[in-house]
Parts: sequence; C-alpha cells; structure tokens
Amino acid sequence: MSKITSLADLKKKREELKTGMDIRVKAINPENVVQVKVAMATCGIASGAKTVMEFFLEQLERRNVAAIVTQTGCMGYCYAEPTIEVKLPGADPVVFGFVDLKRADQIIEKYIKTGELVDGIIPVNYQTIDLKE
Amino acid sequence: MSKYSMHLLVCGGTGCHASESDAIVCNLRDELEAKGLMDSVQVILTGCFGFCEKGPIVKVMPDNTFYVQVKPEDAQTIVEEHVVKGRKVTRLLYKDPVTMEAIDDSKHMSFFKKQLRIALRNCGFINPENIDEYIARDGYQALGKVLTEMSPDEVIKVVKDSGQRGRGGGGFSTGLKWELARRSVSDEKYVVCNADEGDPGAFMDRSVLEGDPHSVLEAMAICGYSIGASEGLIYIRAEYPLAIERLKIAINQAREYGLLGNDIFGTGFNFDITLRYGAGAFVCGEETALIHSMEGLRGEPTIKPPFPAESGYRNQPTNVNNVETFASIPAIILKGSEWFSSIGTEKSKGTKVFALAGKINNVGLIEVPMGTTLREVIFEIGGGIRNGKKFKGVQTGGPSGGCLTEKHLDTPIDFDNLIAAGSMMGSGAMIVLDEDDCMVSMARFFLDFTVEESCGKCAPCRIGNKRLHELLGQICEGKGTLADLDRLKNMSLVIKDTSLCGLGQTSPNPVLSMLDNFREEYVSHVTHKKCPAGQCKSLMEYVVNAENCVGCTACARVCPVNAITGERKEIHYIDPSVCIKCGACIEKCKFDAIFIR
Repeated sequence: MSKITSLADLKKKREELKTGMDIRVKAINPENVVQVKVAMATCGIASGAKTVMEFFLEQLERRNVAAIVTQTGCMGYCYAEPTIEVKLPGADPVVFGFVDLKRADQIIEKYIKTGELVDGIIPVNYQTIDLKE
Repeated sequence: MSKYSMHLLVCGGTGCHASESDAIVCNLRDELEAKGLMDSVQVILTGCFGFCEKGPIVKVMPDNTFYVQVKPEDAQTIVEEHVVKGRKVTRLLYKDPVTMEAIDDSKHMSFFKKQLRIALRNCGFINPENIDEYIARDGYQALGKVLTEMSPDEVIKVVKDSGQRGRGGGGFSTGLKWELARRSVSDEKYVVCNADEGDPGAFMDRSVLEGDPHSVLEAMAICGYSIGASEGLIYIRAEYPLAIERLKIAINQAREYGLLGNDIFGTGFNFDITLRYGAGAFVCGEETALIHSMEGLRGEPTIKPPFPAESGYRNQPTNVNNVETFASIPAIILKGSEWFSSIGTEKSKGTKVFALAGKINNVGLIEVPMGTTLREVIFEIGGGIRNGKKFKGVQTGGPSGGCLTEKHLDTPIDFDNLIAAGSMMGSGAMIVLDEDDCMVSMARFFLDFTVEESCGKCAPCRIGNKRLHELLGQICEGKGTLADLDRLKNMSLVIKDTSLCGLGQTSPNPVLSMLDNFREEYVSHVTHKKCPAGQCKSLMEYVVNAENCVGCTACARVCPVNAITGERKEIHYIDPSVCIKCGACIEKCKFDAIFIR
C-alpha cells in the first residue's frame, strides 16, 4: 500500500476505488455479477453467519455463478440472524433473514439463478445519509 | 435472467399475519393462476415491514407500490388492475397523514424516513476489514477537510453548533467538552474513546466498532487536532474480541496509508491510536474510573472536579467521548452543523441508536431522529409486543434508567424528556416489558446488576444498594410490609443524593420509577401477598382442582421433589411446604386439574 500524503491524494484514491470497483465488477461478466454481503458482527457469527459465508463462497464458485461475496457489519436485524444482502445486477438489493444452509441453498438456486424470491425477506425500512458535500 | 417480471410481497409479520396475510397470499395466487400469470408474477410472504398499524401490507416490486390495509377480497382488484392493466389501485395506496395524498412510490413515504442512519451509516454496507471500502464511501474526507481547511477553533465551533450531546448517557455537549480540553494548557493531551459498553441490553458501540471501525478512528484524529492531542486511546472491554480484532486491522491499515501516524496529509499533524483493554467492570464506563483503569490503577471513580479536560490520563488534559458520539463526527464535519442541528428536537440534536430487546417482535438495532416517540419505536419500527401480549413498560437507560409506561408512549424521546419522565437516555438500551413481567422482580433484577458492579468505594452505593436489593427480595417472597415501600423510596433518594459517581447516583432509578408507576403492584405484593404478573414464585401456590383431577398419577410421577401425593383414581394433593413451583405438573396434566393460586 502506498501512503496517502495529501487530501488531493485521498480524493484521487476515492475516485479510483469507486470506479475501480466498477471495473472489477464489470470485468468478470457485465451481466452476471451477483453481490452477496453477509452480516458478520459477533451476534451474526454466533448465529452461524460464518458457515453461511463459507457456503456462499464455496458453492457460488462450484455452481459457476460469478459473484462477489463480502462480509459486513451489523445490519440491525437481531431477531433474524444470520442476515445477508443479495444484489442482483440491475435490481434493488434484497435482505434475507434466518439464513441457514438450507435457505442459503434456496437463495442460490432460486433467487440468484432465476430471480425467484424465497422466504425470509426482510423489508428494509430506513434511510442512510450520503456524506457527499 | 429472472423469469419473473413482477413480485408481490405480502407482509408476514406477526401483526399482519393476525389480520389474514395468509388468505391474501392464497387469493393472490388463485387470481394469478386464473389469469395464467403464475409464471411471470411471484407472490411471497416477507418479514415485518414495521408498519403494523396499517397492515396487512402488500408491496409490488419493481415499481415500489405500497398497498395498506389490504383485505383478502382485494386480491382480485390488485391482480386485474395493477398486474394486468398496470393501473395502481388508488384506494389501497398509503395516504400521507398530513396532505392526505396517495403516495404511489414507497420511497416517498414518510414512514421510511423514520429511521435515519448517521452513526450506523456504514454498518451493514461496507466490509469493516477493508479501508478502501470506507474511503470509497467518503471516509477520511472529513479529516482531510479539517486538517487542510479548518483551524481547531473552527472545528470546535462546528461541533458545538451542531448541538450534538454525548451518546454515552450523560448528554453533555460534545463541542463544549472539546473546547474545555482545548483551553487546558499542556503540550501533552489525550483523546480517549470510551468503548466500555456495559449496560445490559446495549450493543450499539460494539456494532459500530465491528461494522465501521474507521469512522471512530477518523473522528478521534479530528478531535486530536481540535484539542491539540497527538495520542488517542480506545478503552475497550476484553469481552469484545471481534471488535478488538477489527480495530487492530483498521488501525494498521490507516497507518499503512499514512492516515494515522506522523505528518498526516502532509500537514505536520501527528496522531496515533492504541488500544487499552478493560476487564469488563461496569463502573469503568464512568470516565474517571476509566482513566484510572487505563493507568493500571483500580477502576474506581474520583470526585469531579478536576474534570478529565483539566487533569485526566497521566494527569494531563484528556477528552473522553463515547463510540457513537465519535461515529457521527465525520458526518457533522462534512455535512455541516446546520444539517445536523436540523434533525431532532430543540435541545437534543441528531439521531440516536437504540437497541431494542425484551418482549418485542423486531429485536434489533435502530437509529431514529431525536424526538421520535416511544410508540413509533416500539409499535412501528419494533413491530409491537411479542405473542400479542399487552405492553406494560419499557426500561430505558439500562440499570441507571427508569421504566416508562403507557402514558409516556407519545412523549418524544430526547435527553430532557426522558429525565422529566423519571428515566434517562443512557446508552440507548430499551428493554420492553409485557403484562407477564413483575415490576418488583424487574427492579430486583436491575439491582442484582448494580450490586454486583458497585466498586465499593463509597458507602451509599456499596451498602445502600445491597439493602435495597434485600428489601426487594423480601417483598418478592411475601415478607414485605407497607412500611417497606416507604423505606425503599427513602433509601433510594439517599443513595442518589450521596453516592460518589454516576453508578450510585442512578442505580435506584429503576426502583423509584417502578414504585411510582406501578405502586398498586408493590402494594399487592406486601398487603395481599399476591404477584399480579404471576412471576414471584413464593407468592404462588399450586393447587389441585378436585373437580378435574381423575387420579392418573402423571403429576406425581413427574414432580422432582415428590410434593404430590394421592392414590390411583383418587384426587391428588400438592404439599405447599415441599413444592418448588417448577410448573412440571401443570405441563404434564392433561385434565387442567392443576392451577396456580
């Protein structure tokens, strides 16, 4: 990693990262990159999020689905852990709760592969701020 | 790639479920089947939308149409009009309560603006172990702006004008705290982040540190620049291993990028952060005790003044802020004090994170503007009380706060209103109680905690709380008298007045507020020796109903202490002096022949 030595540097870095992420995403396959985020705070992990994340990493590759699987922090839905967010290209992200391995399998086979929703959807009911000045 | 062009999401939350969401799903599917649309339109039950008041809810994707109070017989109209002809069913649309206009896109509904995430803005969005994701979401821009464009006094002015008050519980103005630390003259000053989250039921600080550690690091550096400190310390309990791990990763990544360390952004400003571990004592959340603990001394509070801003860590000026307070700072710097102070109430600005726990459907972490009412939090966002039970109260502020009741439901939540109602903001834990909770046992439960956590330095807290706890125990066991209730109150007031630190000064709050709001329940315990909620075991008696008992002996066989006697086919008897009230017999009896008196 190279040092960031000025604010201009940081701004350049931010733009690179923003577009860089886009390029990386598009390079794999413009139409078919699926993004899966697994909520991995202590409570999520305690409810099995780690196993679920490993399952997605392994199975998406094995089933030839071009996808990016990342971890993230708490989404706030403690009653429904483990929770994940799936974003299909061109669609709004969908949050699923109570994701055990069986449901994870359904999510891959049905939602990710065919767009058919499965049980456990958590409607997102909040707004987040955008820091853009 | 999707074979479905449209999805109908039907709310399957407890509230909507009770009002026939299953029938709605069935009818929608039947209608679609009849029109031959089953292959292109999917109907699915979802989790709670948090809008139970207007349920059942049907949301149409992808156009975000939001239908409220849908009845099973509306399924036909929705399919014929919306799905087939593409015309929204106006009469089912949600109407804005103010303008009475129908809203056809749920993104414009004010309901979805009830939760606003500022401190939690990145939690659940970014990968906390990757600094690049934080930077891509404008991370460290606020630090850059502060170092290159603003003087320390300007930064303090922005924070002060924003009206932000400390999120750890006290509610002291953040900007003022910074200003005091800046005014203290010394070439060695410290910024401390208080991550010693200890309230039962509170976990917002852990969630921020685990989900967005860089926001805290960035804010600490901003604070360091403002008050003139080059060293930051995070006091975190060792019971939070994942938060510690992610903080370590974040600190290392920030150092590698030069965002912590010497000459940040080439401005000559130096700042670095190290971790200090706490052993998990509640009192160490009090800032003077916290500082002593960091110095390797016993975690005991000392009298203020001197305030840490004058003499704190290593007797140098020290600014201590809570995790959630820090997490909002970068947003305040980038979006300005006017933006932040436009959110919230007159004297409490911005948003507050609450941890919802107890007998509530949507247990979870939420962030709402100050001034949101308890009703909105519990019955809308929280989805109401579990199993359709009746709401009884909500303990806010953990063991230092008080219990609010039905009459407080429409009070806007802010620092001052909660204090006026006999509670406090605290760190933001909300424990929801229903009709089955006994208010004497609850008060005793919170005192259990404070007795355990009292450091023992001052007598009112060490001895007084112990006595309070004993008195409550006696009342639960049916050995209390009416005079004990006055004794409880008087002793509570003395403890509040004479304790050394915040722990003792607030520990009798649950007792006082529960005694105030539920006096008849306390009276019932001491005069009638009855627990109305049926929780106090000593006040219960298990009795056989002679009319129903057939003498099957099932209860006698399951009783762990052999308290039940009786011959086969004869009425049984439970010996109250032996019975431990475990309830095994009631569960086993098929004839409803055992009841609690």
